Amino acid sequence: MLVSPILITATGGMICERSGVVNIALEGLMVFGAFAAATAHFFLEPVLGPLSVWVALFIGALFGMTFASIHAFASISLNADQTVSGTGINLLASGVTIFLSQIFFKQDRTKQFMLGMMPGPGGIYPTAWIALAVLVIAWFILYRRPFGLRLRACGENPQAAASVGINVLGIRYVAVLASGFLGGLAGSCLVLTTNTQFNSTTVNGHGFIALAVVSFGRWKPLGIAGASLLFGTALAFSIIANDYEILRHLPKEVFNIMPYAITLLTLVIFSGKNYAPLAAGKPYEKGSS
Amino acid sequence: MAEKSLKKRKSFRDLLMTSDGAISVMVVFLGFLCGTILILAVGRNPVGMYKAILQVLTGFNVDRQRFYVRYIGEWLAQSMPLILCGLSMAFAARTGLFNIGGEGQYVVGLTVAQMVALMGPQVPVLHWMLALTLAMAAGACWGGIVGWLKARFEVSEVVATIMLNYIALYGSRILIMRIPGTNTYKTPDYPTTALLDSSFLSRITHGSTLNLGIIFVLLSVLAYWFIIEKTRLGFGLRATGFNKEAARASGIPVVKSIALSMAIAGAFAGLGGGIVALGSFKFGRVLANNDGYGFTGIAVALVGNNTAVGTLLAGLLFGMLSSAQPLMESNRIPKEITFIIQGLVVVFIAIRVGFRIFLKYAASKKAKRETQDNE
Repeated sequence: MLVSPILITATGGMICERSGVVNIALEGLMVFGAFAAATAHFFLEPVLGPLSVWVALFIGALFGMTFASIHAFASISLNADQTVSGTGINLLASGVTIFLSQIFFKQDRTKQFMLGMMPGPGGIYPTAWIALAVLVIAWFILYRRPFGLRLRACGENPQAAASVGINVLGIRYVAVLASGFLGGLAGSCLVLTTNTQFNSTTVNGHGFIALAVVSFGRWKPLGIAGASLLFGTALAFSIIANDYEILRHLPKEVFNIMPYAITLLTLVIFSGKNYAPLAAGKPYEKGSS
Repeated sequence: MAEKSLKKRKSFRDLLMTSDGAISVMVVFLGFLCGTILILAVGRNPVGMYKAILQVLTGFNVDRQRFYVRYIGEWLAQSMPLILCGLSMAFAARTGLFNIGGEGQYVVGLTVAQMVALMGPQVPVLHWMLALTLAMAAGACWGGIVGWLKARFEVSEVVATIMLNYIALYGSRILIMRIPGTNTYKTPDYPTTALLDSSFLSRITHGSTLNLGIIFVLLSVLAYWFIIEKTRLGFGLRATGFNKEAARASGIPVVKSIALSMAIAGAFAGLGGGIVALGSFKFGRVLANNDGYGFTGIAVALVGNNTAVGTLLAGLLFGMLSSAQPLMESNRIPKEITFIIQGLVVVFIAIRVGFRIFLKYAASKKAKRETQDNE
């Protein structure tokens, strides 16, 4: 339930970074997606019933993709500092979503919808299947199709890629938009499965945890699957820890800290800078070598 | 005739190309423009926003035609943590580091200040001096950890600072809730020796929360300028920021510089936390969520272009936006417009490079056209 959004976002982040664009805005994209999905679901629920959950998911993903296009435009066409424009999107996200909430709902959060996504057979939410599907599709495209190969080339050495005629800027655009779509999708999954409304603490750093997951997972699909499992479990643990008698002696904030502390620790121990795509974060200028 | 117009155009364009300050002003202007358009688009009257801003800057209420000096005081009080968090981000940026941990460093400073206020020796003046000093030290540690991790293990300071932000928030709750007499949201009142209040300042601003912290803010701006521009350390930090490898080759200790830079940056933010804790409140708080000054500090530093004076002015600007929020609400403008303007400003600053490219392109096109005309 908590693993899926992280996994989906991390997949998006992996695609984006593999093409050479660092995407710090994952958190903001999740926020946009979550807000859009909660709002859409609230409005559509009386009309469409259970189907509206899926429509809301899609709308959330589209919303995320729209805002990712700002980051794409800034980083790819205008050669902006990718970290700065990413942070700008994050700041924008928290502002725009609450602003729109005020306009639509006259309060700082969306109105509650009736029924979110319900667990399917075996108590597993459909979002888990969505996440797995996303991961498998991503792996397939990245490793088994020419497009994926070109994408990976853009991240490692864009000049070499351009010399064989690959449209580096175009591919990077697609990658950033894809990560926006996935980030929005993940945010939607998050809000529809864990809550009945969107507020400012819905995506509480999950986007950044996804960033760490990408790094910890060495930018490979299998790695980030395992990492997402680890961090999602830590997050879930902080919620259910209250049920265990022994653990109740510790202040509950200790469990809130755990996911973030674990993330930090893994970053330190597995400092994976050497595994990053070589050209990640550097703007690509046509014709330079 | 043509030459004269060419000269005039050139100077404005040149100004934008070379002066980062001009770009910042332009970006802020654009941000406000977009904000105004957005307000119009949702059917509210943007004049309300500007009326609120005017009242904050001058105390003059247009509707009632009266001066309320208290608003100026509140404006300055609100700007204090923003300036400090801006200095925090700016200092690290000069060394080439992206310190988004201002929030966590602020919280750590706030927590330590609260603890010293409630448990420290109740000696006038020394009490709050001790609290502020330890707050700065705590912030320095919190920032220094990140610097050390980056220098030693190449851990991205972006993710590390964000993780530490959350750890700081929850850690603060754990520590403060252990103080005897604390319920889930506040501690017992501080002893009066710990407060930063000044009756002089309160009197001239008719009861605002402006306090002695303003002295330390101004000192910090001065210290920032001095360290960066006038000391060997500052020179080394700037060199590391421009080109790490060249700095290393020149004998500047890069690892130590990065760690030290983050520590000093953390100290600024920690001081901010301490000032807010002891100046704006009469009791300690159990933080439910972040105060947000750290994140806004990022925008402040970006607009201020990482300079001392720029950060001061940008901090005042954002402080103005922030303190105008309640007034905006009463004029039916949702207060989140300030967050949107801030976000837009950050995005626009990021594309300042692109803006220059656009200017260069436009200039070259014009020159081409003119040479073609002359043929």
